[in-house]
Amino acid sequence: MGMRRRSGTFVLQVNPILCDGFGHCAELAPELVKTDEWGYPIIVNEPVPLANVAAYESARYAERGCPRQALHIQRFSEKKPH
Amino acid sequence: MIAPGALPRLLHAASDRPLTLSQHESAFGASTLSNSLLEELEASGLTGRGGAGFPTAQKARLIREQRGHSKFMVVNAMEGEPASHKDQALLSANPHLVLDGAEYLASIIGANNIAICVARDNPTVVNHLERALHERSRRSLRGPRLELHTPPWRYVAGEESALIHWLDDNESLPQYRPRRPHILRIGHSPALVDNAETCANVGLIGRYGASWYRTLGTTENPGSTLVSVTGAVERPTVIEIELGTTLRSILHTAAADPDPAAVLLGGYGGTWLHARHLDTPYNNAALKNLGVATGAGVIVVVPKGACGVVETQRVVRWMANESARQCGPCAFGLPALAEDLTHIAHASRDAEVAYQRLVERCGVIEGRGACRHPDGVIRFIRTALEAFETDFSTHTHGTACAGSRATRHFANVPSLEREDELIWE
Ligand SMILES: Cc1cc2nc3c(=O)[nH]c(=O)nc-3n(C[C@H](O)[C@H](O)[C@H](O)COP(=O)(O)O)c2cc1C
Ligand code: SF4
Ligand code: SF4
Repeated sequence: MGMRRRSGTFVLQVNPILCDGFGHCAELAPELVKTDEWGYPIIVNEPVPLANVAAYESARYAERGCPRQALHIQRFSEKKPH
Repeated sequence: MIAPGALPRLLHAASDRPLTLSQHESAFGASTLSNSLLEELEASGLTGRGGAGFPTAQKARLIREQRGHSKFMVVNAMEGEPASHKDQALLSANPHLVLDGAEYLASIIGANNIAICVARDNPTVVNHLERALHERSRRSLRGPRLELHTPPWRYVAGEESALIHWLDDNESLPQYRPRRPHILRIGHSPALVDNAETCANVGLIGRYGASWYRTLGTTENPGSTLVSVTGAVERPTVIEIELGTTLRSILHTAAADPDPAAVLLGGYGGTWLHARHLDTPYNNAALKNLGVATGAGVIVVVPKGACGVVETQRVVRWMANESARQCGPCAFGLPALAEDLTHIAHASRDAEVAYQRLVERCGVIEGRGACRHPDGVIRFIRTALEAFETDFSTHTHGTACAGSRATRHFANVPSLEREDELIWE
């Protein structure tokens, strides 16, 4: 455990072909996912800093909790500006 | 050889019958493969004619760099756009120029297979290609294998991942590609997909070189291109023009209404342009500033007096029905957009609410399909709202304009099929 300095960002991505639109992910990761009027997820598409631990944890919950395995966390490593 | 700067090029020596291989070779000269093809292609500045307008050399280089003993060159002559007829015109004039280009591209990427894809609903073109392939089969046994494929005609069947899916597994359904660029594969073999007209341009560049190619067009958008002009025209035509010709002069050449209300550019996944911009050069460098693009070379002319709302609504309704229904935002979103447009077209009491909802829904749906089909529809709607601003405002204020009751329409759509009648395999 302990505090690790995390650099870089992530986005949560959905495969719209697999997604069934029951909106489970919006409950598991409310800070990242809203649903549209048909129940399909609208995911924050700007990269979120990995340092935002709460958001990253939610994304992991959603990724694991999606019944269709339609979610995927895409990480981006970033060179830190000095 | 075709003189530098002369038009037509792609339709050179065309008559009402497709050129035979020997006619083609005496008109264009024999095709020979050289080692500097990719450099010539790069120097030519050719961009794709299938819609996206991406540099052809860059796409070819990406596939050339992929490992694998077996690769595919795929010629996309699916022509899913209902208002586009240019691939048919090209293949009816000179299939061998397209096949030459496909062979050049195959040699660049190292492909041992060339798949030529034409919708089976177009028997004339299928027939022309069968004959052309037969002529070639008697010529030599070396080189990549040429094979004709005939998927069903659907709007999205020509989308590259849907086309590859069909070649791989007989289903014309787009694939999910989270990261771009994405290497499409048939089995394990990397595949390059290029539009038929793009291939024909490569057929010219491979013979005559990049500097010859650049004797038409501008530095940024060199060469010539085919445009399909329909709508308010004496009769629908396909003409070859130099890139950078003004829209006004294209309309003139095509004998179209010289003083229309607006033109649709690119196709039904394309963009509307108000007629006040007709003096703009027809190329992406100039059109980009207006938020529009040449797309697949479609020009639909809509005259004054026609109702832009109804034209838009009919197309969107058809496009919604052509969704492959794999993705929620597209399967549910596009019919919802069509319904909003229907309310506006009828100038019903809630037309103004429908207008607001339409704009919001466009923002919600954009970018959320596995393929760009919904994004094309949204581009089409957003530019319609600008080009037909007056019509939309008349309708949202509760009056259906006179044009909306006319029975003649300009952006023609095939009749709607029921969902269970749609064929995907
Ligand atoms: C919904 C949709 C439909 C498409 N239909 C066609 C088509 O019928 N023919 C075509 O050549 N390209 C079509 N495209 C574009 C192809 O995906 C691809 O970009 C093109 O064939 C690449 O060739 P190019 O680089 O020579 O333009 C379509 C794209 C989309 C998003
Ligand atoms: S949990 Fe998975 S299947 Fe359900 S709506 Fe979210 S992404 Fe779609
Ligand atoms: S976005 Fe629409 S057309 Fe494209 S794959 Fe998804 S459902 Fe099919």
